[in-house]
Amino acid sequence: MKFTRRDALKGLGGIPLMGAVWWAGAANTVAKKKERTAILEQLNIQPSLPKAIPGIGDEPVRIGIIGFGIRGEQLCRALGYATNEWKEEMRLAAEENPKNSALKDFMTQDKLNIKLTGICDIFDYRANRALKSFNTDDNKMLRFRTHQEMIRSGKVDAVVIATPDHWHAPMSIDALENNIHVYVEKPMTHTVGETYRLREAARNSKAVFQVGHQHRQTLSFQTAKDIIQKGTIGHISLIQTNTNRNDDNGAWMYDIHPDASPQTIDWEMFLGSAPKVPFNKNHFFRWRKWWAYGSGLSGDLLSHDYDRLNCVLNMGIPDSVMTSGGIYTHRDGRNVPDVLNVNMEYPNFSTGGSQKKGKEQGMSFVYSATLGNGFNRPTHLMGHDGTMELGNRLTIWPDSGSTRYADMVEANKMSPGIPIYQYNPGASSPDAVASATSQYFADKGLMWTYINGARVDYTFLHMREWLSSARNGGKVSCGIKEGFEEAISSHMAGLSYKLGRRIEWDHKQEILKPIEGIDFDEALLAPM
Amino acid sequence: MITIRNEKSLRISIVLLRLFIGWHFLYEGIIKLYNPDWTSFGYLASAQGPFRPFFLWLTSDTLIGIADWGNIIALTFVGLTLVLGIFEKWGALVGACLLALYYLAHPSFPWVTQLNVEGSYWFINKNLIELVACVVIYQIPTSQFFGLARLFNKKEIETQSETR
Repeated sequence: MKFTRRDALKGLGGIPLMGAVWWAGAANTVAKKKERTAILEQLNIQPSLPKAIPGIGDEPVRIGIIGFGIRGEQLCRALGYATNEWKEEMRLAAEENPKNSALKDFMTQDKLNIKLTGICDIFDYRANRALKSFNTDDNKMLRFRTHQEMIRSGKVDAVVIATPDHWHAPMSIDALENNIHVYVEKPMTHTVGETYRLREAARNSKAVFQVGHQHRQTLSFQTAKDIIQKGTIGHISLIQTNTNRNDDNGAWMYDIHPDASPQTIDWEMFLGSAPKVPFNKNHFFRWRKWWAYGSGLSGDLLSHDYDRLNCVLNMGIPDSVMTSGGIYTHRDGRNVPDVLNVNMEYPNFSTGGSQKKGKEQGMSFVYSATLGNGFNRPTHLMGHDGTMELGNRLTIWPDSGSTRYADMVEANKMSPGIPIYQYNPGASSPDAVASATSQYFADKGLMWTYINGARVDYTFLHMREWLSSARNGGKVSCGIKEGFEEAISSHMAGLSYKLGRRIEWDHKQEILKPIEGIDFDEALLAPM
Repeated sequence: MITIRNEKSLRISIVLLRLFIGWHFLYEGIIKLYNPDWTSFGYLASAQGPFRPFFLWLTSDTLIGIADWGNIIALTFVGLTLVLGIFEKWGALVGACLLALYYLAHPSFPWVTQLNVEGSYWFINKNLIELVACVVIYQIPTSQFFGLARLFNKKEIETQSETR
């Protein structure tokens, strides 16, 4: 056999080509990885893993449900109990839209060692709805006419309170005084005065108390905490967080059930401490629209955003709050505002900084909400060295004027327009220098809900933590300290809106600085 | 049978086509090979169209590793065969199959949301075009003209002639 020069060239010509492509691919990837590792090493961020929670051993925890409305049903599902009606509805929804995995997610959720042994709802239809689905051979459920009766029945170890706001504190206090564990929806209280009374009850009780700020279980928030503590974005001077909703449900215009009547609803019980008014279906089903039963945007939605950030920054109660707003989008007889702007001042708060000591201190927390526009305005934490977008995923951009990253920005290793860190709890690894692709997938929310391949309901995690702590001891994520801070801060915002003046907090004495001639609770509850 | 007026030019064109496709596959394979964090999870999890359940199934804990490695090996195999000019028919076949999977995961159907695409497509997209190009390479082998196969084949032909 004989090879000509031509044979050799044409036969082996592919080899250098292969070498070139191989080298280019390997070199590029390794170089990018090095760059990424360098940034990640400098940032030194450790993504948080889900907390290990001891299981609920022995006998099942016996839970009583107080309030089986929209939220009450959701909480029951998080506990593993869904009504037959809901299951059927979701089955049909999945048939219509295969992407609707609500039922599947519910069915695959871990089972908790609990029983729902009591239901208390003052609307017959809702109490019966719970009984019809949950009172089975392996789960005996009783209806109680009042929460007092349920708490003292000896049939429940714990209660879940999902009632209008004005009932949160009285029911929680009653349960805690009887050493019954409490999971109460936010806002924790309806007035300033009862916030102190509830704190007292929780401190003196053997029972475990948790406020329903389920987002404290969000992995990204725990990672965000680590990021801020490491000074990644430097001194934070401004936080912007927002609520935008533009639909009837979002504006608390819930459906009025046809069975509702003075015969099927215990109206006196509903009113409780609220001003006596004749039976009113609108008030009963859409209670969030009135100060007498609800807390408006400040208690209902600001409380979420406040607690989210308090969970990350632990900034506590603001020194002062100024609020303005009005009823601009839903003039339907409601007396709570539907557009609200809250400025909370923290002149002494600091997240550390990269500049000369003493130059940076203090932070404003700005909350802005409208129920007349649905545009998504993300939450931004603005630091001297970077900006963090806080959501289910985290994104951090370096700042053009950063001191900490000045060298890297100068050397073009960082650019203010390109994120230096991105975190998706569901992705296999954090992305430094995010590509358009990962950005895109993250934006679509395709990844974050998947933890170990399963979609996880944060409310489930929050309730599981509460129950585990009730059985095994251990701290809950949103106990009385966090609840107290959330409630006082929300009430300060509500008060400032109502009084049109600055509301100040006395950190030493732990009281609202008095304003002459003003009774804060009276002002907060006033119809205005 | 069609007649080709300038067979030599066609051959050179097909060699170029083969090399370019091989280049593309090889680079995609190598990039993933050297990046231990790479995963097809996002691509699969966001799959659209009628085969979505199949691709979602691949994202399970047990299968995602196999899917990732299978993809890297297949990409590199196609790249090597087409660039080096050996077993090119197998390379073209595997390449076409891979491209079919990519297409089906994110088909350019007008009623399907187009995720992460850089152009505008109506049924036909670049994956599909590259797939057809693989079919052409399968049908018109050129490795005996440019590729390792030229050396092996020559040996065979010469051995044959010696025994005659």
